[in-house]
Amino acid sequence: MSRLTLLTLQILVAVVVIGLWQVLTSVPIFGTVLLPPFFFSRPLDVALRIVKWFADGTIWVHLWITLTESVLAFVIGSLGGGLVGFWFARKPLIAAVFDPYVKMINALPRVVLAPIFALWLGLGIWSKVALGVTLVFFVVFFNVYQGVKEVSPTVLANGRMLGMSERQLMRHVYWPSALSWMFSSLHTSVGFAVVGAVVGEYLGSAAGLGYLIQQAEGVFDVAGVFAGMVVLAAFVIVIDMLVSMVERRLLVWRPMAHDAHG
Amino acid sequence: MQQAATGADAAASPCAVHLADLTIAFRLADRSTFTAVRDASLSVADGEFVAIVGPTGCGKSTLLNAAAGLLVPATGTVEIFGAPLVGLNRTAGYLFQADALFPWKTSLENVAIGLEVAGTPRQEARDEAAAWLRRVGLGSFGDRYPHMLSGGQRKRVGLAQVLIRHPKILLMDEPFGPLDAQTRQIMGNLLLELWSADRKGVMFVTHDLEEAIALADRVVIMSAGPAARIIGDWTIPLARPREVAEIKLDKAFHDLHREIWAMLRDEVMKGYVQTGGLG
Repeated sequence: MSRLTLLTLQILVAVVVIGLWQVLTSVPIFGTVLLPPFFFSRPLDVALRIVKWFADGTIWVHLWITLTESVLAFVIGSLGGGLVGFWFARKPLIAAVFDPYVKMINALPRVVLAPIFALWLGLGIWSKVALGVTLVFFVVFFNVYQGVKEVSPTVLANGRMLGMSERQLMRHVYWPSALSWMFSSLHTSVGFAVVGAVVGEYLGSAAGLGYLIQQAEGVFDVAGVFAGMVVLAAFVIVIDMLVSMVERRLLVWRPMAHDAHG
Repeated sequence: MQQAATGADAAASPCAVHLADLTIAFRLADRSTFTAVRDASLSVADGEFVAIVGPTGCGKSTLLNAAAGLLVPATGTVEIFGAPLVGLNRTAGYLFQADALFPWKTSLENVAIGLEVAGTPRQEARDEAAAWLRRVGLGSFGDRYPHMLSGGQRKRVGLAQVLIRHPKILLMDEPFGPLDAQTRQIMGNLLLELWSADRKGVMFVTHDLEEAIALADRVVIMSAGPAARIIGDWTIPLARPREVAEIKLDKAFHDLHREIWAMLRDEVMKGYVQTGGLG
């Protein structure tokens, strides 16, 4: 299928869905409007709301807050997960001792931590960052751990035979291998950073996209909820594209620039 | 039939590699032990090219790993230039059967790394590496990553990576195993060319008897495993320089091949039965 046909079909899906939504919420069928606009809003209203947000500039501060929280959560979580993952992989005893606790914390739905973080860190950005960190940390941790563990024994033996010391093996063999695994989880961890930020905002904050959606919901402003969702989706897509660019740049040595969304 | 004296000339000048009564055993998952090699003795003189041939799974690589110091034998001694081997064999270069290049480094970086970790300044190491890449015919491939190279090209980079350190002993574990027949011959010629320019002791493991005779000064035959032993040791008096493809048409080559194959055939059949014909 050519690119153009594909794009046309993709746009067609959006047109059909939005068109149906508009029709079902505004045109009475057999005397009733199937989707009451009070609960479902209308695409046109949602679009107008988004335009208004950008026109009067109120959206920027929320976008900025959510972006800051996501980036902080991603950076802190990645650094922490990377270092601890590396450490555990090189020290099997420590990994074995902490194994049940790591599994336990990872099994915990992180949303329940949000109230704790709000209590500890207040309603500012740091409680959201903390929530994002708990999500990002484990994704990166498991990937780096795996990456160090699964270094090809042949490549490792080759490094040794070429005269590498333990420190040089770290730098030239273990670390690049771990990094490659970490980058392949980049999409997931960036996504989680945003999830942490938005959920945190939703549960209690004074700014951010999550706050915007929560506020709209509180006054039954369905158009506002949908508008917030659309902006959020666009925001995530832009970030994901940036990640893809970074990935292509950093993993040039990989057989193909595969998109590992897992 | 010529039986070369193993270790007899060791007294005169120390051998590059001297393996004496080596027994190598592995502990298996079910706590039983598997003896890969039993009472193997083998000497490789400095500058001598020794090929080790045996059926699949006979422990040829095990022997090589013992000489490299990657494996510690259960009993027996490993001596390198007269001194007992402790830890890794730092004087040896090892060419692996599987892909051993660092996938995150370009071919130039892969070749240079052996010098860089030894403390050679980066630029100097890179210049040297570029020279070695030219020597193996990959002068213009310095910025390629391993996945962009063919199997034969990767082996060339591997060869340069090992030789740039000027190892005194070259250990090769079926290095051309995964390549097609044509590429194997080309690589064989390249190896002989580089080796004859700077003769070192070579232990070359292969399951291909023709390749062994075409390349080596001596061909050592191992029995089928487990508890493989060395059962034959033949001097290959073919003149050098050799051309790997042409020498196979030589009458002397054929006679040697027939003679050695007669011994190897039985072992191959045994090995075939033991591994269920899967190898």
